[in-house]
Amino acid sequence: MSLLDVTHLDVRFALRKGDVKALRDVSFSLDRGERLGIVGESGAGKSVAAFTLLNLIAKPGYIAGGSICFDGQELIGRSDRSLRHIRGHRISMIFQDPMMTLNPVLSIGEQMVECLKAHRRISTHEARAISLHKLVQVQIPSPEARLDQYPHELSGGMRQRVIIAIALLLDPDIIIADEPTTALDVTIQAEIMALLLSLCEKHNVGLILITHDLGVVSQVTQRMLVMYAGRVIEDGPTREIINDPQHPYTQGLMNALPQMATPGSHLNQIPGSMPSLDNLPSGCAFHPRCHFVTRPDGQHRQACKEQVPDFVTSGNCRVACHMVADMLGYERIPAEEITQ
Amino acid sequence: MNSMSPSLSRWSRFRDSYLLYSFKRDLIAQLSLVIFILLLAAAVLAPWLAPTNPYDLAQIDLLASELPPFWIEGSDDAYLLGTDAQGRDLLSTILYGARVSLIIGFGAVALQATLGVCFGLLAGYLGGRIDAFLMRLADIQLSFSTLMVAIVVGALVKAIFGGDTFGAYAVPLLVLIIGLAEWPQYARTVRASVLAEKSKEYVDAARVMGLPSRRIMFRHILPNTLSPIFVISTVQVANAIISEAALSFLGLGMPETQPSLGSLIKSGFDYLQSGSWWITLIPGAALVVLVLVINLLGDWLRDVLNPRLYKG
Amino acid sequence: MSVADAASPLLEIRGLEKHFSLSGDFLEQLQFQGGRLVRRQEYVHAINGVDLEIQRGEALCVVGESGCGKSTVARTVMGLLRPSAGEIRYQGQRIDDLSTQALLPYRRRMQMIFQNPYASLNPRMTIQQTLEEPIRLHHPDWNRQAVEEKVQEVMTSVGIASDWGTRYGHEFSGGQRQRIAIARALAVDPEFIVADEPISALDVSIQAQVLNLLMEARHERQLTYLFITHDLAVVEHFGTRVAVMYLGRVCEIADTATLFSRPRHPYTQALMSAIPRLEDDRPQHIRLEGEVPTPVHLPAGCVFHGRCAHADERCRREIPSLIATDDGSRVACHAVEEGRLD
Repeated sequence: MSLLDVTHLDVRFALRKGDVKALRDVSFSLDRGERLGIVGESGAGKSVAAFTLLNLIAKPGYIAGGSICFDGQELIGRSDRSLRHIRGHRISMIFQDPMMTLNPVLSIGEQMVECLKAHRRISTHEARAISLHKLVQVQIPSPEARLDQYPHELSGGMRQRVIIAIALLLDPDIIIADEPTTALDVTIQAEIMALLLSLCEKHNVGLILITHDLGVVSQVTQRMLVMYAGRVIEDGPTREIINDPQHPYTQGLMNALPQMATPGSHLNQIPGSMPSLDNLPSGCAFHPRCHFVTRPDGQHRQACKEQVPDFVTSGNCRVACHMVADMLGYERIPAEEITQ
Repeated sequence: MNSMSPSLSRWSRFRDSYLLYSFKRDLIAQLSLVIFILLLAAAVLAPWLAPTNPYDLAQIDLLASELPPFWIEGSDDAYLLGTDAQGRDLLSTILYGARVSLIIGFGAVALQATLGVCFGLLAGYLGGRIDAFLMRLADIQLSFSTLMVAIVVGALVKAIFGGDTFGAYAVPLLVLIIGLAEWPQYARTVRASVLAEKSKEYVDAARVMGLPSRRIMFRHILPNTLSPIFVISTVQVANAIISEAALSFLGLGMPETQPSLGSLIKSGFDYLQSGSWWITLIPGAALVVLVLVINLLGDWLRDVLNPRLYKG
Repeated sequence: MSVADAASPLLEIRGLEKHFSLSGDFLEQLQFQGGRLVRRQEYVHAINGVDLEIQRGEALCVVGESGCGKSTVARTVMGLLRPSAGEIRYQGQRIDDLSTQALLPYRRRMQMIFQNPYASLNPRMTIQQTLEEPIRLHHPDWNRQAVEEKVQEVMTSVGIASDWGTRYGHEFSGGQRQRIAIARALAVDPEFIVADEPISALDVSIQAQVLNLLMEARHERQLTYLFITHDLAVVEHFGTRVAVMYLGRVCEIADTATLFSRPRHPYTQALMSAIPRLEDDRPQHIRLEGEVPTPVHLPAGCVFHGRCAHADERCRREIPSLIATDDGSRVACHAVEEGRLD
């Protein structure tokens, strides 16, 4: 059994127009020390997935079904109180905007000590020593001085290092990082990513990295999920997906990157845009943009338009696409049999 | 992508809007709006609704003075809410008085808004010295309370031109006094939202296009600052009505011959001790209800239009 | 067009500087220091002496990290900011000191596309109104029909349906809004477009659409671009020439192919090594010491020396100027000039 098992997770938002399905049938697992990337564009549901894992989903959102099993315990349906032991302790989170986590009126040291003392019975002195140790681990220059500084006195990259130090404070099993470097410059991003990677490897911490950047995912993670319109559409070892994407959306996403085309040439764009979740197309949510469907000789049009594709395995990957299923000659296997 | 005619789409936009949605779910807002519309209609239609015309001296019967309202013994069926000390029908005077109060309230706010919006736009958009000058002016203006300015001006006018002239021009004069005293409220709100809008790229786009500043201010920025203007307008109407009532109560507002709600309260105040409480308390209740529903509507509007900016 | 006209740059930026005051108005600048009242002013040095020429028909990309002054260059060129020093010439004519009125003819020829499609459309105007406004302003003699035809034409050319006209900006997705913003810029048939990070707020699949659109417009309308971005992959694809900026200065300027095959400036090298690549092999990225200093207190000498592995005494003292190298690129680096660095 894996450390974290998410199966058939369904998350909805109760809006006045009716329920909006933010996540549909999302399943994945994470082993101890494994690094998983969740890739998708805005509106794909990748951040909702992260928030749901910590049960931080705010009203009007609610979990409509599925299970999140962490270290043998079911997390869904538990009270906030009993979740506190897991949230921030065994699973911690890094947000895109460091100021979401940092309290502007408390010094870095005070915040770290407070966090430690909330979960452990230790003295302030000990807590400060642990905090300092963590700041050293994230390679912040002059860590002693940082303890007494306030968040606004630090640069963006420095703040994100502090956030990582806070995330590591209680020696978690899993870190969920939601676009941790999107707000940062490329040179800083490269450093933060290298740091996160080395820390996870060294301490055997699992990482769920949520990002839109295929480059970052390919550098940091071992496995990845590609999400589209609230559903996982492709799932497998990162290298295999990057080198040989199966789903037409993943292919389109890769081919649309400027680095995949000769300079100055026409980029292979995906037409249209991600559907809004309250108005999902029938069948495969990607079908109105899929070149297999839109091109004149697309034979798969009917199935794609009418039927939500099940997962098929292709090598070490799972793909939800009628076209791939037919091309591989796979008989269609229901999703639950594939999930370990 | 269906094409719709603009008028239809505007209606459907309103029908789908959050404004209507939240209104439908807010009982207090609905109740307030109904009461406000009733009061407004009653005030506007006073000449037709009121049993008597309190401005018409011929209809006043001094013998019928200080009659109590209908539910108290000794009342006269002709006077539903009783009469005041001069024998005027209280219901009629309240209807006419509410009309005067609302005219002054809306008139003063119109003046405040015009001045305040123009100054706020100029200060926010042009910035620099103009901004500094207008805002210091607003600070100075705000450091005198509305009532103080109004009392001084009112007393001066009364002393110079005499009570009769004052009485004849009381409505425009009160509009002017209350309007001039409160423009900084608008100017500050508008300036703040202009500063926020000015940093958005659509304003840069308009400048890059080469549009003159006047057009950018009024065509591009102003329509985007309307929500806060609406919100403070409701509060300001209520404030203006109260200011007017206070001035009238002090004898510097509407004369007793053409009473507003404030001067009605004042005229009845002397009889409060002698047992004719209704002359003061009924117009007082009308004033409270009027101001309360306007404020409740304002609160609801504030929550709907910009929950983040104003809640606090 | 005469031969001389074709050879001279379309846009010329000379010694451009822009400082923003941090100290507020006069009263806020007064401070007590050692018992005396002194006036103190602090500035953000957003651009410190930038020289650029943009030739007709090229797509010059300005690339750099946040705070390097690239957007300030764009905004100063478009007259949204007044330069603190230096001059900007459009076809030889100085434009940085013109009044709004005198600038109007240039507004028709130079247009701008903004970063954030969610903020660059007026939320209270329909698409039709948004697109008509520039046309009416610059062609006051056109009748209603001519204006509407022009609107239809630009809408078609950026691939937006003609029945979008009656709707408002918020009804569209980011990519669609950016198309509308591009249509607005193209509506007056400009010859020069400043694009300030036009795709960085968009999703990956939409970025390709917008980039394709900008490239098509370039070929069909013979546009010249000043393209501001932080994304080197986009630069490599879109630009004909690249200027790399750091802390308000241009540190390297070269043809795109030259720059990407052989980056010379240590900062350019670090920047290029930091891009996350899809390839399997992890090329060791060049670690830069520390972070970008604040543009309030600029370091003396080369602005990059604090983070540069090749900095020596001269770099700390003397500001390097752009010097042409053998392959046609120009690099502002003492180490490259002295041959200490490749």
